[in-house]
Amino acid sequence: MIPARHAPVLVTAGLFAALFILGALQYDGFGTLRVFLNLFTDNAFLAVTAIGMTFVILSGGIDLSVGAVIAFTGVLTAVLIQAGWPLWLVFPLVLVIGGTFGAGMGCLIHFYRLQPFIVTLAGMFLMRGLAVVVSERSVPIEHSVYDAVNAAGVMLPGRAFISAQAIMLVIVLAGALILAHYRRFGTYVYAMGGNAESARLMAVPVARTTIGIYALSSFLAALAGIMFSFYTSSGYALAAVGLELDAIAAVVIGGTLLTGGYGYVIGTLVGVMLMGLVQTYIAFNGSLNSWWTKIVIGVLVLIFVCLQRIRIPTRAATGSARE
Amino acid sequence: MKQLITLIVSAIAIAGCGSGSSEGGADDQLTVGFSQVGSESGWRTSFTQAVQAEARDRGIDLKFSDAQQKQENQIRAVRSFIAQGVDAIVIAPVVETGWKPVLTEAKRAGIPVVIVDRNMALEDDSLYLTRVASDFVEEGRKAGRWLMEETGGDCDIVELQGTVGATAAIDRMTGFNEVIANYPDAEIVMTQTADFTRARGKEIMETFLRAMDPADICAVWAHNDEMALGAVIAMKEAGIDPGDDILVVSVDAVPDIFKAMADGDTNATVELSPHMGGPAFDAIEAHLRGESVEKLISVNGDLFTQETAAEEYQKRTAG
Repeated sequence: MIPARHAPVLVTAGLFAALFILGALQYDGFGTLRVFLNLFTDNAFLAVTAIGMTFVILSGGIDLSVGAVIAFTGVLTAVLIQAGWPLWLVFPLVLVIGGTFGAGMGCLIHFYRLQPFIVTLAGMFLMRGLAVVVSERSVPIEHSVYDAVNAAGVMLPGRAFISAQAIMLVIVLAGALILAHYRRFGTYVYAMGGNAESARLMAVPVARTTIGIYALSSFLAALAGIMFSFYTSSGYALAAVGLELDAIAAVVIGGTLLTGGYGYVIGTLVGVMLMGLVQTYIAFNGSLNSWWTKIVIGVLVLIFVCLQRIRIPTRAATGSARE
Repeated sequence: MKQLITLIVSAIAIAGCGSGSSEGGADDQLTVGFSQVGSESGWRTSFTQAVQAEARDRGIDLKFSDAQQKQENQIRAVRSFIAQGVDAIVIAPVVETGWKPVLTEAKRAGIPVVIVDRNMALEDDSLYLTRVASDFVEEGRKAGRWLMEETGGDCDIVELQGTVGATAAIDRMTGFNEVIANYPDAEIVMTQTADFTRARGKEIMETFLRAMDPADICAVWAHNDEMALGAVIAMKEAGIDPGDDILVVSVDAVPDIFKAMADGDTNATVELSPHMGGPAFDAIEAHLRGESVEKLISVNGDLFTQETAAEEYQKRTAG
């Protein structure tokens, strides 16, 4: 009845629904639209990063630099704005820096046949170091546009609020879905993750695609950095430490195969939402140690990795799970 | 699939049964959300426990959230508290900046916020009810004065700084430097951040010992006890007698430092009082009664030396 390839996403969605109902039964104010929409606002920057990470992992790679890119973008944005630069110049500039940085890593990975793990690890140290060099102290952003955007949104009944962050997330998600499923770039990404050698034989432009994937990931991380600067109205060099690991966990919980070639962008969103819901549940409970969030995520990742082993015995049998 | 659904349904049923009795407290019971930085040091843990004990004594339902040193976790927790409709929120912030959006939301929801420990950079002081804090600058001064008296104002000091940008690090440095500025022979010869942790304290101290002749170092000034304890290990491994060859002065007064002082490994510590829960809850209760509250409540600690260390250690570990 349900295609096997949809199972991981459905299991994640099922767990989300179960935890939501569980919380709603236990705590006043949990089972509300407000809490549901808060998940989108509070995890928007993580979700945008994880969407970029999905493309990387689908292609069989990994990007460890995203957390540091967020911090660097945030700090640079804050410093430039406080120095009086106009927003219309600052935002495109930091996005271009992010994209170029990712493209550079993609070049190293492709042309020098280096491990993505090592290249992006170096990228992570580089970006985190640069962030601290730009400003050691956290820089507050005082700007009327920031106040306006943070206040902007749609207030629904029950104090549920669709924030600018949530809207931005939905836009990025829509773009990513089109790119993954209705554009040639997406086909190439899946093909490379399925089997890089045959992808090359099938005339997939591997160089262009690899560079594109890492540029996209860093670009989205830079965008997440701007969103994070709105979320906290500041830039801080030590922000988003370890966020790359949360993003990878979300991608795995969302049903994407860590070795690539198989998975869905939408699954990643559900994965991020599930992780956020666990955190919300623990905050509502108030007596559970919040480190339980990590334990639950660890167990979930483990379950999903095992589940993938069982549900997808051979990739040859299922073929590309793209459609 | 069917099995999964059965499992979920039964889990819900079990949880549903268990929840009814535990959540149904008296209506007039105060619910307070407390967002803590993390559990990175011994002092932080005593602070958390002091607040939890204080809440228990007063019959307050305390919702506790450990942010694991991340501001985004703190903002999420505070927003969860707001959605839950708690009566008040206590925040011990990770960093100074970035609180305006979430505090504005709390204000709109009519929930008073008390800032404890580290500061927040806010222009609009209507966003919070009050701030309960130690006077970090005074702590730095106390440590500086003690060291200057001990050495007669002639001392080459190495400094272990706290986390970059943290109020405690900035203010303690300010207070200490203010005092030693009056002594021309006292000087900070090397300074680096060790993130308030023991492991980093040891690492940075090792670097210091390699970078210069240990005989030229007169004292270690650490922004907290954990880093001082790390430095003690580094010095012992290098064959130096800490507390004798090199003086060690720090801030916080966690139980472990009293043991180190009793053993003669460190020399002095300034107490950072972990009892900030009491004044915070006092302020919240006064506010809910309709009384006005001061915007800053200061908590002060004393300086302890080796003389009373053994006694203090017993007192602090017994309770």
